[in-house]
Amino acid sequence: MNELKDNALPNAVVSSSANSAAHLDLDTPDKPYLASNELIINMGPQHPATHGVLRVILKLDGEKVLGTECVIGYLHRGVEKIAENRTYTMFNPYVDRMDYVAAVSNGLGYCQAVEKLLNVEAPPRANYIRVILTELNRIASHQLWLGTHALDIGAMTPLFYTFRDREEILKIFEKYCGARLTTHAFRIGGCQYETYAGFEKEVKNFLAFVAPKIDEYEELLTTNRIWLERTKNVGTISAEDAIALGVTGPVLRASGVKWDIRKAQPYANYADFDFEVPTGKNGDTYDRYLVRMVEMRQSLRIIEQAVNGIPEGPIMAKVPKVIKPAVGEIYHSIESPKGELGYFIVSDGSTQPYRLRVRPPSFVNLQALDVMVRGQLVADVVAVIGTIDIVLGEVDR
Amino acid sequence: MVEKYKAQYGSALDAQSYLGQNYFTVDRSLIPDLLRRLRDDERFDYCVDVTAAHYPKREKQFDVFWILYSFDRNERVRVKTQIADGESIPSSVPIWPTANWLEREVYDMFGIKFDGHPDMRRILLPEDWKGHPLRKDYGILQQDKEWVQINLGIESGQ
Repeated sequence: MNELKDNALPNAVVSSSANSAAHLDLDTPDKPYLASNELIINMGPQHPATHGVLRVILKLDGEKVLGTECVIGYLHRGVEKIAENRTYTMFNPYVDRMDYVAAVSNGLGYCQAVEKLLNVEAPPRANYIRVILTELNRIASHQLWLGTHALDIGAMTPLFYTFRDREEILKIFEKYCGARLTTHAFRIGGCQYETYAGFEKEVKNFLAFVAPKIDEYEELLTTNRIWLERTKNVGTISAEDAIALGVTGPVLRASGVKWDIRKAQPYANYADFDFEVPTGKNGDTYDRYLVRMVEMRQSLRIIEQAVNGIPEGPIMAKVPKVIKPAVGEIYHSIESPKGELGYFIVSDGSTQPYRLRVRPPSFVNLQALDVMVRGQLVADVVAVIGTIDIVLGEVDR
Repeated sequence: MVEKYKAQYGSALDAQSYLGQNYFTVDRSLIPDLLRRLRDDERFDYCVDVTAAHYPKREKQFDVFWILYSFDRNERVRVKTQIADGESIPSSVPIWPTANWLEREVYDMFGIKFDGHPDMRRILLPEDWKGHPLRKDYGILQQDKEWVQINLGIESGQ
């Protein structure tokens, strides 16, 4: 017992000089005030800032992150296996359950991949409806990201603002197809539903409603001192690293790579619309925030052009009732709010996909977490997980 | 590009196109070399995906795919090779770091091992799970009963 008491205060804490009063010697580097060892801690799987069931094992030296390891798979449902046991049509609603905050994008990617395999094209009116809904969903996804990301960092107000405004988008979805989140809005070959009476007017009203709201979010955050301190130079990733790690979407663009599949390899009728692809310079959390804010405004521009130019006509292409694509493989990818969402389908000529692979943007982007948080403080891990914008349903599939 | 590689590799490489998408079907022996050359010489600097498909009736049971993209050329290409069950294949992590998790997922789902991978473990399923679910002989309702009973304390996950 006595021994323990003697050792309770490390020698370094008490000054060795006998004549002066005991004081802390913090200047001599070989005499640590507190013994600091490497520490391994678990963050998650149940943690409010991991946006679902993500477990990150952190190796820390004091507050500094030495390395991380992600443990994923808690939400694994075997989506790719389910696809092999369903027909092409039956599998369509399942894709909504991957990235459930951007279900419309998932559905668009899947329907277009199968259309490519069948060599059919959706009619122009269907493409316009698809673009409007997908871009609305991009705004909804970015709003949800902004609200939760800001909440993680400690700003609570944006959450209420963004959820209030996102509600208006969900109302349009609900009126269009009856569902708010897992919309199953599109079918292979076009759209199932014609737009409801007043759809165009409601979308236009929404555009007028949400544009000043985005300014409002920016007023809260863009020049906010705390926000700048917590996001500038945090989680930086260079363009070379981002490309090597396969990072896509706003995270890649914030590092300065001007690449958006909507521009590089346009699908649906994105080639008809005029919009900018924003890029950042530093590749830090703040730049990613700015890129997404500009993306929301660009989405508004696209919706405005689409809703003004929406043509009359059929909304379904001639697709056989029983979908049986010829033998072959196809890869099709779209720009989802999180990055490149790809579907790779191998058909054996039957009614079910022989193999269906989903290339999830969240999964691949999450891999860059380690590069982004090394050397940062432990509190920044929360900011960086938020800024990558992952959805665990998509990471684990 | 196609002629150049065909001249060099001969019958080990075949270039095809389906619905406007180009792909190489190559012999397994070409694997790290061809991928490295595609990155260095043809600037396919972004590895989009690594995946596989299982054909249980074939002698070489697995198709392994690499989907590549080049920012400079704005072009995609796929590389496809066949390997037998139990055979391993050189890892492409030294070429594209992004292949790390993608190859782990292929190992997890198909049981294909990648030589030279820095961390060849399961990624989505628990580490001590038995079986590789995306193989065709793995039923859709199948599960590792023993694992479920020991770790979850329930009779069955179904």
